[in-house]
Amino acid sequence: MILDEVKEAYVRDLLAKGSRADGRQLLQYRDIKVTKGAYPNAEGSALAEIGDTKVAAGVKFDVAIPFADRQAEGVFMVNSEFPILAHPSFEPGPPNEKSVELARVVDRGIRSAGVIDLKSLFLEEAKVLGVFVDLYVLDHSGNLIDCAALAAMAALADATVPKYDSETKRLVREERTGKLPIAHKVVTCSFEKIGGKLIADANGEEEVASDGRYTIATADSKTICAVQKSGAVGFTRQEIVNMMDIALEKGEELRKLI
Amino acid sequence: MAASEEKQMIVNGKRLDGRGFNDLRPITIKAGVLKKANGSALVEWGRNKVLAGIFGPREVVPRHMTNPKRAIIQARYIMAPFSGQEEHGRSGPNRRSMEISKVSKHVFENVVLTSMFPKTMINIDMEVLQSDGGTRVAAITAASVALADAGIPMKDLVCGVSVGRINGQLVVDLDKTEDNYGESDMPLILSPRTGEVLLHQIDGKLTKEEISQAMDLSFEASKKIRELQVAALKERYESVLAEAENGNDNGGGN
Repeated sequence: MILDEVKEAYVRDLLAKGSRADGRQLLQYRDIKVTKGAYPNAEGSALAEIGDTKVAAGVKFDVAIPFADRQAEGVFMVNSEFPILAHPSFEPGPPNEKSVELARVVDRGIRSAGVIDLKSLFLEEAKVLGVFVDLYVLDHSGNLIDCAALAAMAALADATVPKYDSETKRLVREERTGKLPIAHKVVTCSFEKIGGKLIADANGEEEVASDGRYTIATADSKTICAVQKSGAVGFTRQEIVNMMDIALEKGEELRKLI
Repeated sequence: MAASEEKQMIVNGKRLDGRGFNDLRPITIKAGVLKKANGSALVEWGRNKVLAGIFGPREVVPRHMTNPKRAIIQARYIMAPFSGQEEHGRSGPNRRSMEISKVSKHVFENVVLTSMFPKTMINIDMEVLQSDGGTRVAAITAASVALADAGIPMKDLVCGVSVGRINGQLVVDLDKTEDNYGESDMPLILSPRTGEVLLHQIDGKLTKEEISQAMDLSFEASKKIRELQVAALKERYESVLAEAENGNDNGGGN
């Protein structure tokens, strides 16, 4: 947004003095709200809000064909949509690199931590359950990854599994066999580096001013399960260690909201 | 959609969800729900949840579509892959959503005063997050409020409702089950001020007399929807005004 670009110098000047335009501490998040079951037609759903940023997530199950090299495992897939109503810079069309990165980082954290036991999704020879998570960015005011990860995780925690009818080879959506078992609650903490300063939970204008981002996904208070570094700026080893400490601590707080 | 099997959807003069023949589902409309969009509205209509957002008037992309005499309108109706009760949907537009986007665009080309903003474009985005029949009229009803919230001058605040026939009876505001198993469906969008019909589709058999009666029912039910639209905009501007008076500048859509 043009306004955010005009504010770049302002954001940088303030940060050099150790403060943020909205009055937050450097590592302080905006208010966070997670609403599970927001779209009950989906088998699991949630709306996550961090400040003015809003991301919806829906989970759908389908009968799927397993991957050739993983015949005994179900399919898990995260997709993301950037509908144009969420930001003036969003355009219709196939997912762009930001949208793909968002979906893949969220996917990676959940997959690598083994949140869902993919082997438990096996139905019969050549038939497995597919778990499809769709992320819908509704309002973009920065830190989409953390917001999307919260929405995805909350939607999975909300999900109930439809019954599989082995005669018709179809799902009976009116009948659910129970909750989708969740091994961990994976959350992410994203940091932006602006003029050498690190901040957590950047808003839209801070992201525009940022030199680079570092996202850490955690599965519990001790386990990091995914990382994504983005942007041209470099991070020192000390900075990375610091961010990991903060992410592990903040992650516990975020997990309580799911 | 023609019924392949007879399903009893009227029991003791009531519909399956307990409504009478001319009753709308519960509708709530909220204006100004998004921060980045220039205007926005959320319509919850029965189990439907539709979000509309507006950007513009702004520079036309791609440029060759620029019209030196008026603003061009781009409308996009789309259903989220998780919005239905059925299997996982596909992302992005399909033939159905492209057709609905097109006829929605024509509705707004009628009412928006496009000649006031030559060489610009106005984007209308309608996202169906949960669907249960009648999403196109809910989406256009939402978009109309969102356009007003964006401050875009219009001749009228449009709205509408679908009327159809189930078990031989005309009923107002079909839900998904009634649409799937009923005999016919007639979505209609009205310009209440002029009485002109701006969107009209019929899917299924209806006699000329039934269509005339269905229009009466749709027009009558639209009055209620119009009241809800106006109330949503009043509430929006009262809250913006209150914020402005408190010296808080966070109320605008920009």
